[in-house]
Amino acid sequence: MSATLEATDLHKSFGGVHAVAGVTLRVAAGELLALIGPNGAGKSTCFNMLNGQLRPDCGEVRLRGEDITGMAPRRVWRMGVGRTFQITATFGSMTVLENVQMALLSHRRRLFDLWNPVGREDPARALALLERVGMAAQAARPCGVLAYGDLKRVELAIALANDPALLLMDEPTAGMAPAERVALMELTARIARDGGIAVLFTEHDMDVVFGHADRILVLDRGRPIAEGAPEAVRADARVREVYLGTGATHGHA
Amino acid sequence: MIFGVTRIVNFAHGSFYMLGAYLAWTLVTVLPRGHLGFWGGVLAAALIVGVIGVLIEVLLLRRIYKAPELFQLLATFGVVLIVQDLALLIWGPQDLLGPRAPGLRGATEVLGVRFPLYELFLIAVGPVVLGLLWLLFHRTRWGTLVRAATADREMVGALGVNQRMLFTTVFFLGSILAGLGGALQLPRESVNLQMDLAVIAEAFVVVVVGGLGSLPGAFLAAMLIGQMQAFGILIFPKITLVLAFLVMAAVLVVRPHGLLGRPPSSAHVAQAVEPPLEATPGWGRWLLLALLALAVLVPPFLGDFALIVFTEIAIMVLFAASLHFIMGPGGMASFGHAAYFGLGAYGAALLVKHFAAPMELGLVGAPFAAGLAGVVFGWFCVRLSGVYAAMLTLAFAQIAWSAAFQWVELTGGDNGILGVWPSAWAQPKLVFYYLTLALCVAATLLLRRAIFAPFGYALRAGRDSPLRAEAIGMDGFHIRWAAFTLAAVAAGIAGGLFAYSKGSVFPTYMAIPRSVDALLMVLLGGVQTVSGPIVGALAYTWIHEQLMRLFDLWRLLLGTVILLLVLFFPQGLAGVARRRG
Repeated sequence: MSATLEATDLHKSFGGVHAVAGVTLRVAAGELLALIGPNGAGKSTCFNMLNGQLRPDCGEVRLRGEDITGMAPRRVWRMGVGRTFQITATFGSMTVLENVQMALLSHRRRLFDLWNPVGREDPARALALLERVGMAAQAARPCGVLAYGDLKRVELAIALANDPALLLMDEPTAGMAPAERVALMELTARIARDGGIAVLFTEHDMDVVFGHADRILVLDRGRPIAEGAPEAVRADARVREVYLGTGATHGHA
Repeated sequence: MIFGVTRIVNFAHGSFYMLGAYLAWTLVTVLPRGHLGFWGGVLAAALIVGVIGVLIEVLLLRRIYKAPELFQLLATFGVVLIVQDLALLIWGPQDLLGPRAPGLRGATEVLGVRFPLYELFLIAVGPVVLGLLWLLFHRTRWGTLVRAATADREMVGALGVNQRMLFTTVFFLGSILAGLGGALQLPRESVNLQMDLAVIAEAFVVVVVGGLGSLPGAFLAAMLIGQMQAFGILIFPKITLVLAFLVMAAVLVVRPHGLLGRPPSSAHVAQAVEPPLEATPGWGRWLLLALLALAVLVPPFLGDFALIVFTEIAIMVLFAASLHFIMGPGGMASFGHAAYFGLGAYGAALLVKHFAAPMELGLVGAPFAAGLAGVVFGWFCVRLSGVYAAMLTLAFAQIAWSAAFQWVELTGGDNGILGVWPSAWAQPKLVFYYLTLALCVAATLLLRRAIFAPFGYALRAGRDSPLRAEAIGMDGFHIRWAAFTLAAVAAGIAGGLFAYSKGSVFPTYMAIPRSVDALLMVLLGGVQTVSGPIVGALAYTWIHEQLMRLFDLWRLLLGTVILLLVLFFPQGLAGVARRRG
């Protein structure tokens, strides 16, 4: 079976620092892969190479078999990659519904429409997406006034708007209360399995990681040091050393 | 220096330069002749300008450091207007000639060419001042603090440095240097009231090319552009300013943040969240409809003068709406929107002058010419953001203005182009008014429609969160570029109509004051209200008309109005009405 996302031997250095040195990963449809590691392990760099914000020095990124290495983020999105940010990014001057509608309009390539008011668009599809993430009741509220956890849900709805094959979630539960975290990850896992969407996420909360990921890839100083099912990774000696051992952190993120 | 630390783009810097020249003229003529009189006068003038700078910083700028950039720019422009009228009051309208520098009157032979000693002296002054500044910044504690504040102002504040003191002293030194620059010009050129805006536009080009906040960059760019102009005048005497533009264009394509500039750090930028865009509330809608009804029904009963005012108001509504389109939803401040207004006017007038085109064709040519400029200038401007973009739009407008001013064969230069009259059927003032009203209202409504359509939303999306916009497949650059062009086209329609209503075009149509007119209309109405520009244009044109009619010193009053507006009504009139209503 071919994987939804296949990244091969990614490298990236900043100045003399090898932020990422030889990361290879695969995510299959419906699978949740967690990318973890101590601060400065190269998670964010790795992530940004997958979504197009950074161009890898060498290596290859393939989505459903197509080469997307170094494509601009907006083109990566059109290829079928939805993403959420560590610090939420939504359009604060628009309502929750309009935020989702923007993604839909972009998907249908209608952004240069100068004539038809957005207010008269059929909201059914956007409302259905909001329904899926449990935000339909707040559709009419401006995004600028939402609670943080709710913004994360809105981001998820936006990310789902173009029927993505892959979801990239950078610290999806950062800044949320513990109960909210579990709820959001359960929701994500359900959506992924129902829709056959591959999910790659980074996360600091180990409960979230070990509770929801199908597989875990551990990075340290830019290199993969362990990969596998949660139980196997939990038992891995090197992982224990990285997380518990010296306690020192290395390099910079 | 001032920008690096305070992050305020100071229009009034040109005024400091002009004041330096005027004060030096007064002091040098009053003081006894000789070395002490001249050099003492020059230095005293610079010091006085420094004190004036401190006064402005303490009384005005301190209150608005936290305000949006645009308001800061406007406030300093208010100062420019006030200083202009004060200078007019004190020194009168005629050009003043200063004495030559004692001891440096003669000339010397350099490579067989006679070369005035004073010019040699000036050539030396530049590097000496730069060297002194370098020493000041690298060898003193104060200089270290200034450099630290330029790199990261918040961090310096967090370390317990008295920022107020730092800002004020930086402003003092910066103003002294501006005053000194003006004072040193005294033996070379006459002192006049146009010095301020002329020098500030050039300074903006230099600063943008050099890289904002980089002193060596500014020096390098000043050398580069100075040389280009000096040698360019030998080869292409007509297009020295176009040369400066080409240099700027070339530099910005290769290095978008200037020769030695770095991308602005976004670490501490707190994004103000704009409220959702609402359609005009019920009563407001009725008010607008009532205004429109007045505009349609009343004119047949009015005299010629009132009709001219009505026509102008209709044109200004469209002009303001076109600027609002890129400023409000687009979040891009244009300080040179008059360029497109003026190019529209010139587009029509040139067709009339050189091809004897009828009005109908001229009115098609106007938006076309403006739109073309919008495509070219916009390509550069929309790459930058915030003050960088604002300065660049201003520089482009200044270039368009000087092209109209310098290229006498084509544009008639200062004399403008006369005889731009409407076709026979539209000659009666009333008919032309209705034509103007119809076109302006239609174009304004189309812009409004676009704001509520996916395009306007996409524009706002890019303003709210460029990161998210890109992540859902939006091409922010092309969207902003298209919006810029659209705004230019709309301004061009306004400009074309304006040309036919006046029967003539002049370079002043695209001068800085007209750009500021548009900004004031938008700000008066409120940037984030869709009906704002309409209300603003009405209020502003009316106030302007009254001030011009009643007072000679209308700039002084206008400047004061701007300052009051910035200090007390940052939301604009429509914004205030909304909060009450």
